[in-house]
Amino acid sequence: MVVSRFVPGRKRVGPGIESLTVTFGDRGALIRARGLVKRYGDFEAVRGIDLDVPSGEAFGFLGPNGAGKSSAMRMIACVSPTSSGELTVLGLDPLADGSAIRARIGVCPQEDQLDVELTVRENLTVYGRYFGLSRAECRSRADELLDFVQLTDKANAKVESLSGGMKRRLTIARSLINQPDLLLLDEPTTGLDPQARHLLWDKLFRLRQQGVTLVLTTHYMDEAEQLCDRLVVMNDGRIVAEGSPTALIAQYSTREVTELRFGVGHHEQLGGKVADLAERIEVLPDRLLLYTDDGERATSEVAARGLRPDSVLVRRSTLEDVFLRLTGRSLVD
Amino acid sequence: MTTLATRVLPGLPAGFGGGKLIMRNYLVYRRNWIVFATGFLEPVFYLFSIGIGVAALVDEFVMPNGQVVEYTAFVAPALLAASAMNGAIFDSTFNIFFRLKYIKLYDAMLATPLRPWDIASGEIGWALIRGGIYSGAFLAVMTAMGLTGSWWAVLALPATLLIGYAFAGVGMALTTFMRSWQDFEFVQLTILPMFLFSATFYPLHAYPAALQWIVEITPLYRAVVLCRELVTGALTWGSVVSVAYLVAMGSAGLYLASRRLSRLLLT
Amino acid sequence: MTAASPPTAASAPAPAGRTGTLGLALRQFDYWLTVYRRTWKGSAVSSFVMPLLYLTAMGVGLGGFIDDPDAIERLGGLTYLEYIAPGLLAATVMQNAVFESTYPVMSGIKWNKVFVAMLNTPVVVPALLLANFGYIAFRMTTIAGVFIVVTAVFGLVPSVWAGLLGLLVAVLIGLAHATPVVALSGRLENDAGFAIVFRLGVMPMFLFSGAFFPVSQLPAVFEWLAYVTPLWHGVELTRMLTTGTLEAGMAAVHTGYLLLWLMTGWWLAIKTFSRRLVQ
Repeated sequence: MVVSRFVPGRKRVGPGIESLTVTFGDRGALIRARGLVKRYGDFEAVRGIDLDVPSGEAFGFLGPNGAGKSSAMRMIACVSPTSSGELTVLGLDPLADGSAIRARIGVCPQEDQLDVELTVRENLTVYGRYFGLSRAECRSRADELLDFVQLTDKANAKVESLSGGMKRRLTIARSLINQPDLLLLDEPTTGLDPQARHLLWDKLFRLRQQGVTLVLTTHYMDEAEQLCDRLVVMNDGRIVAEGSPTALIAQYSTREVTELRFGVGHHEQLGGKVADLAERIEVLPDRLLLYTDDGERATSEVAARGLRPDSVLVRRSTLEDVFLRLTGRSLVD
Repeated sequence: MTTLATRVLPGLPAGFGGGKLIMRNYLVYRRNWIVFATGFLEPVFYLFSIGIGVAALVDEFVMPNGQVVEYTAFVAPALLAASAMNGAIFDSTFNIFFRLKYIKLYDAMLATPLRPWDIASGEIGWALIRGGIYSGAFLAVMTAMGLTGSWWAVLALPATLLIGYAFAGVGMALTTFMRSWQDFEFVQLTILPMFLFSATFYPLHAYPAALQWIVEITPLYRAVVLCRELVTGALTWGSVVSVAYLVAMGSAGLYLASRRLSRLLLT
Repeated sequence: MTAASPPTAASAPAPAGRTGTLGLALRQFDYWLTVYRRTWKGSAVSSFVMPLLYLTAMGVGLGGFIDDPDAIERLGGLTYLEYIAPGLLAATVMQNAVFESTYPVMSGIKWNKVFVAMLNTPVVVPALLLANFGYIAFRMTTIAGVFIVVTAVFGLVPSVWAGLLGLLVAVLIGLAHATPVVALSGRLENDAGFAIVFRLGVMPMFLFSGAFFPVSQLPAVFEWLAYVTPLWHGVELTRMLTTGTLEAGMAAVHTGYLLLWLMTGWWLAIKTFSRRLVQ
């Protein structure tokens, strides 16, 4: 299986290539960062983060726009030099061995960056050549990948003619052409319709099963819950929380949330009347949120106090609740 | 209330909606004023190059009415006509194609009360304003260099507007048929030979008689004759032919462009 | 393996690691080949037809009116056709090289982002530029090749050697203009700047760098300005070859000056690309 491709300390010797010893730090982390900082002039996009992503994990960066996710990803992808701190990717130093690292990672950038004037298939074969693959190898891998992302019947179409979802799938196929050990996905499903998103999730899930290490950024909480074993929430260049989706919900939210809607303008004054019914309440212009471990009980208590909301919804807590609690409700950009 | 029927039919303009499009183009260019300002330099550079360089190598030419003109004075009005053509073609092909296919400007405009007629006339109006400013500046340069030989030269300015109208109309009509940037090679392939061979740089009699009539029916030759006769004051009936030719060409182009835009955009 | 699963790891690792710049540049060969296949028809008129039209109109048409002894003497004893043929070759190469260095480069960085995608692979900035310049050199070879063959048929190229050296000089002229413009394109935020490059750079160079008339006819200040342009040196070098008046000392000066532009531009291009794309 794919996982076995990574043997710490293995020597990789290719034709005409010096021997390259791959050594991993503790726990065989594919990515290891300590106090990682990225500065653009006076602006600090990433303000000292620590990370360990072990082989085979699906790891997510969550955070609002401008939190520093993409900057962190670009450093890991070795297309952006670190400003300070330590970073090793695949056991190598990005500053010294950027090219060698990039040879073994796949990058699916936020914008597709496809060559719109080439055909779907040419986009894959031409890209494969950058990794030093033979033409025959590029062709056969392109066919397999087109099949994998269900674009075989579009192989000879110009990229221009593809839908957004198709372009995204093609970008993912392209990022797999070198059979990467590590796949970096920057907002893989932003802008896609629900069908396209689910199809992509399915593909990413299969890759994970095959042992490919995934690192992704997203601001869709359902996506993070679906795909990630572990994630960090970033805000303002720092990591503000870390853990599995369930652990994060347990730590930063309650099991359930009761959403109460009254007439417009009533929520402020009603907030005080139900505050004691939950661990935490939140008053929004259009509804009241009661964070509690037993939503049904809170609902009956509300009724018992003679309050008649227009509507009641009891739901499970989600990562979204965690996210909003940690990064606030106000717009960032 | 604007019904679909009145929007589809080119008809007569009920008010000039094209003004809004001209305003929009003006706003875009105001931000890129340096691009606008340098736009008139190309013919001026050509004129200097001819005046300082090539003219020293070439003798005077004799006009059809017997008048003798210096080489620079012979070429300058032709450059005036050619740059009016180039500007109009550029505005009505590359720019319009970009707006039509890429930024979908006209789709957005037709979601308002504007009609295809307003778009066609607005774009051509814009091309004329821009071209008129460039031609006026070029004429001023010519006058400063002592290359305008007669008061008839004042009429060269409206003549360049007529040239711009003729080429912009046809250019825009042709643009509505273009499929990709590759097709613009055909525009190049038409414009460049006209620029070089329409008696721009030397008199018609340099060609064998069989070729002369081909040159004579090209629109740029008609434009060059018109400008040259007005600027040098050596007027003949040839200029009347030119005026009629250019009016017909522009009107046919504008009518076709408006029809085609209706078909492309309101389907 | 089922049909709908991704390729599993190959037993042999993909060649990776310390491939040299040239090796990494060669990996982009297929990309540039596809680009050429897709674009050559679209640029055929400006590359191949335009210079020949100019040559016919000016060299043959206008040249027919340039016959008095005084004019011929100004042209160094050449007919006007003989005089402008090498000038047009050099000027055409310059124009096309600058064009290849503007919009396509901005597209790679900003619109299509092909260069950005390349740098996600083992390709590094110097290798990316080497391949791009290699492509421009190839384009210039085809443009100059067609021009030289056609003019040779009309007896304007004295020998096969002159033709071959002319080809080499055309590539040199092309790259001397391409590298600094590529460096500039790596800095520009939008394509409005290109209008300035063409109107204030390319157009005056085309007209005033000795392609159409001797620069000694220019006012002194502009004459010296012409000597500073790389195109004037390219025109002179090409004219030496096609008129069989090669003079070693001046040829070395022209070649050296063009190389200076080429190397400086190359160095600047690596700097601006690194700053723009790897930051």
